Order: sequence, then structure tokens, then C-alpha cells
Amino acid sequence: MALPEVKQSATEARLSALTLPESGCLKAARQAALSRVQTMGLPSRRDEYWKYTKPDTLVQAEAPKAAVFHADEAPMFNAFERLNIVFVDGVFDAEASDDLELEGLTIDRIEDICCKDIHWAKDLYGVLEARGQTPVERPLAALNTAFASDGVAIRVTGKVSKPLNFTYVHSDENSDAILHHVIRVETGAEVTILENGPAASRFNKCMEIDIADGGKMHLVRAQGRDHERRAATHLFARLGTESVFKSFTLTVNGVLTRNEAVIELTGDDAVAHIAGACVGDGDFHHDDTVFITHDAVNCESRQVFKKVLRNGATGVFQGKILVKEGAQKTDGYQISQSLLLDDDSQFLAKPELEIYADDVACSHGSTSGAIDEEGLFYLRSRGVPHAEATDLMTLAFLAEAVDEIEDAEIAADIVSRLEGWLARRR
Amino acid sequence: MLEIKNLQVKLEDEDKQILKGLDLKVEAGKVHAIMGPNGSGKSTLSYVLSGRDGYEVTEGSATLNGEDILELEPEERAAAGMFLAFQYPVEIPGVGNMTFLRTAVNAQRKARGEEELSASDFLKEVRAKAKTLKIDAEMLKRPVNVGFSGGEKKRNEILQMAMLEPKLCILDETDSGLDVDAMKLVAEGVNALRDEGRGFLVITHYQRLLDHIKPDVVHILANGRIVKTGGPELALEVENNGYAGILAEEA
Repeated sequence: MALPEVKQSATEARLSALTLPESGCLKAARQAALSRVQTMGLPSRRDEYWKYTKPDTLVQAEAPKAAVFHADEAPMFNAFERLNIVFVDGVFDAEASDDLELEGLTIDRIEDICCKDIHWAKDLYGVLEARGQTPVERPLAALNTAFASDGVAIRVTGKVSKPLNFTYVHSDENSDAILHHVIRVETGAEVTILENGPAASRFNKCMEIDIADGGKMHLVRAQGRDHERRAATHLFARLGTESVFKSFTLTVNGVLTRNEAVIELTGDDAVAHIAGACVGDGDFHHDDTVFITHDAVNCESRQVFKKVLRNGATGVFQGKILVKEGAQKTDGYQISQSLLLDDDSQFLAKPELEIYADDVACSHGSTSGAIDEEGLFYLRSRGVPHAEATDLMTLAFLAEAVDEIEDAEIAADIVSRLEGWLARRR
Repeated sequence: MLEIKNLQVKLEDEDKQILKGLDLKVEAGKVHAIMGPNGSGKSTLSYVLSGRDGYEVTEGSATLNGEDILELEPEERAAAGMFLAFQYPVEIPGVGNMTFLRTAVNAQRKARGEEELSASDFLKEVRAKAKTLKIDAEMLKRPVNVGFSGGEKKRNEILQMAMLEPKLCILDETDSGLDVDAMKLVAEGVNALRDEGRGFLVITHYQRLLDHIKPDVVHILANGRIVKTGGPELALEVENNGYAGILAEEA
């Protein structure tokens, strides 16, 4: 079917600004992804899936300029042992990174997948993204698979002793980065991956995560503070039997962020927790779009999203749980809540359940509200000043999402970033 | 210490007068009890004194050690030495009880120009005080009042009172929802804080709390005014004859 003319020309305009990287053995995967983009067309605001978020600036040929915010606070995730991997405007920075060697895993750049003949990565690259195109199209992810200029392939084979810490530095106000990581967690292996930083003026990031039976992965992201940055990220995760995937994302500032998570529970007794907290002030639009497919027995999925919005900021949540036929004993939970600190801000939520099995427990809830006046008065009556009490109540609102982070040190870093953000707005 | 003169208060949202010219004086070192039937204005009095929204003072004044408190924000009243033990303590999910206590203690110290308590001094003090109220470490770690039983919530109020060391303590129906043992424990906590520099205003429906916290003065509040003042025997009279007799007598 031919694309609508506007979509066709927008897609062509974007594609004409890009060239397929030379990539040997990944060529077929990249070309297949390109033809997916050409068939689907890039998102337009008429698409149902983009009803609440204007994709224009994510799609246009040139990345809109975004000033680099010179951080005035300590870098994140610095207080504990970790392996640092640094990208500057989407380009790997070997100098700033640690040696990519750690017991229990191997890390390679995607440009080395072919010359090093890394089979598993070649077999994974673009595969979960392609699977994630049905039943809902995600053209920006296909665009990423086709044109990603950098990224890493991580194979986890044991229990890794310290987290991998990706820092995405933004240094050029016109940068337009496309990064693609593939991660394979083998049977019984465990890893924690951290990500932080504003990354680029416009960032398109895709992460494909394949977790084998009994594997565990924790992902904690802190999307950085640059006010004008834009990002479209995709997580594609496939979970085997008794595997665990837990992800938490903090978003602070950024004019536009769309985080999609596409999770497939394909082995029995698997667990997936996807959580997010965002704080937005003014020109801030944040969209969490989650699609969780239960396709095995006795799996648990949990979505916890909290948004604090003020001065006209907008939050969006589109979350779906699909329980396929035969996925009995599914336990699906979904909550999305916003704390609106004034009348100008808005939260748009579209929770969905689609269930084809008869022995499941699924729940979803969505709320929008102001600070609880009773709680505020209680705190103030004990001598806590109004501003401080408001901050405490705000942190309390976010706590259910932050509590999804298992590691106390990592959670403390996230909380201190939130405290900093609140303190600057007193 | 606390001096209320001709206090007249109406609800902000509706044209309903609750307090209609209340006069009351609580001296340092004394325990005053206020008893009264439902709807007499007991809880309104405690909320107006602590600065809750929704009430409008149309006449009269309230001063704490000479300072007009009605003009102050709730946190300023707290720093000035006012403490209200809530009838229904509020649950605050996500804020740890300990964090809450430390924030409150240090905020008051700061407001008074005193040095903040160090983390270790604070911990020592809170542990010792919690122990006498039979509040265990687990309760201190949990979010404020979340999942607490009725008795635990009231004990937590008294712990806050003990940590904040206010000059004037208002107890709003602290006995409601408590069994006899819990009431004793709470009363012991309150009695331990009795001090010649501190005044208490104990609001209650029933005489039984006053068996444990012995008042110096008992007031009967009815229809927005103090209608009778006496010694502890007045509470017994209420217990034996109900409010109807006293009110008829005063009418």
C-alpha cells in the first residue's frame, strides 16, 4: 500500500540525509531494516501511536540545535566500582572509556561484529527490533537498525562483579546520534547496566536484549539534563524461562523524550519490571510507550511510571499488556501516575489490556493529581517549611518507581539527582 | 503561655460559625482538658491553632507567649513551640519515618537559629525515646504512619512530640481508637513530657483518658464557647451525668 504523500516525502527527506554504513555481514540486516522504514514510513502526527507526541522533530532531516548544558553537579554513578564506556555525541571514546575487559562478559563495538565474526551478535542485530514491529509499527527503531553508526555488542556469560556504566556526553549543539546496542545474557548470567547523560542534540537509541533461561539483567538509565535535547529510545527485550529483566529510567529535562519498551516474555516464570520517573518543568514532553507480551506460563510483568510536571510540561503514557492464548497464570500490573504541580501541565494516559487466556491476574491504574494537602499540612505542622515539605511529598510520590531499583547505592544516586532538581526550583 | 481571647471562627467554604467567642488561658506547667459533645468545636479549635487551611478567624486573638500565632504559617507555629497530636495521623507513603523526624527536628532548630543535630546524636536520641514508647526499629524505618495500627500511629505522634520538645502540646482526641493498654502507653509518654515549662491542652470526649493524664483544669466546650470550667471533678461529672445536665444548668 502506498504511503500518504506527506509521510512519503517526510520519510524520503530523512533517508536522503543518511547513508547506510559499510558493514559487511550486517549489510543484509541493515538493508532489511531500511526497507521496513520505506514500507512503514516514518511516524507522523496522524499516526494513532503518535497521537499524544509530535514526532516531527524526531523525523526531520536535520537535528534541531540543542545547547550543551554545562553540568554543575557531579557525574552520576561515580561512587562505586564500575566499568566506564563513554560515547561523545554518539561516537565511542576509547580514551575516556576503561579497557573493555571484565570477567564474565565480552564487549565489542558493532563495527567489529563482522571482522571478529561474532555470530551471536550478527544473529541478534535487528532481529528483536523486527519482531517488535508487530502488532504496532516502530519506524524510528527500524531507522536505527539501518543507520546506527556506533554501539556495542555485549555477551554476558557469568555473574559480572560490577556494573557497566555508559556515559553519553553531549558536546556538539548540532549532533544527531544513532546508537544501537545488542546484549545477550546467557543462561544463569547476571549483569547490571547503567546509562547516563544527554547523549546528543537528537538521540536515536536502540537496545536489543536477549536473556536466556535464568539470566538476569538490571538496567538503570538517567537521561540527562540538557533542556533542548531530544531523544527517541527503544528497548527490545526477549526473556527466556525464569529470567529477569528490570529496568528503571529517570528523565530530567529534555524538550522531547519518547522511551519505548517492547518486552516479550517467551519462557515460563520470567519476570519483567519496567519503571520510570520523570520530572519536567516548562518546555518538556515525555512519553513512555510500553508493550509487554506474555507468551508463556506464570510470568510476571510490572510497569510503574511516575511523572512530576510543572509549568506546562506534558507527560504521556501508553502502556499495553498483551496476554496471548495459553499464557496462563500471568500476573500483570501496570500503574501510571502524574503529579501536576500546577494547572498548566497535563498528563495523557492510555492504559490497555488485551487478554486471550482465562486464568490471569492483570490490573492497571492511572491517576493525575496535585500534592496531597493533608500530607503537606502534616509535615508543615511539624515545622517543615512549605517548600521543603512540597519536595518531600514529591519524592514520596516518585518513591514507588524509584523502589524498583534493587541496588541501594544506585537508587541513592537517582534520589540525589531528583533532590538536586527540586532544590534548584525552590 | 497560650492565651485565647474571644476567638470566633467560621468555615471558609460555607457560612457556618464554629467558634463563637472562645476564651481560654493555658499556663506553663499545667494540663488543661477540653471536653464537649460532638460538633461543639473541639477539633476546629485544634486546627485553627495549628494553622490548617479552611478556617477563617473573624474575631479575637490567640497568642503563644505573647506572640500572635494566628498570623503565622503552620511551620512557624511549630517553630514557636506549638505541637498538635492529630486525631487521625496522616499516612505519607514514600517518606521514611526517620527522615521525616530528622527533617522536622532540624527545620525547627534552623528556624530558631540553633545548630542542627548531627546524624549520630539524632539517632541516639530517637532510639532512646522510641524505646520508652515501645516503637521498634522497624517502625522507624517504615514510611510515615503507613501500615501502622491505630495505637502505633498515636505512639508515633507522641514520639514526634518527644523529639520536637514543644512548649504547648495539643492532643486532639488522642484516645480515639485506642485500647486500654495502648492508652496507658500513650499517657505515660505524655506524662513523661510534663514539665513546668510546658503546657498541655488535652481534647477528649471521654473522662477515661483523664484517669491517665491528670488534668489541672477541665473546660466544657459547647456550641463554640467554653461554658464551664472546673477542676478534675468536672470530668467525673460529665462521665456520670453526660453533657446534657451541665448544658441545661448553664443555659
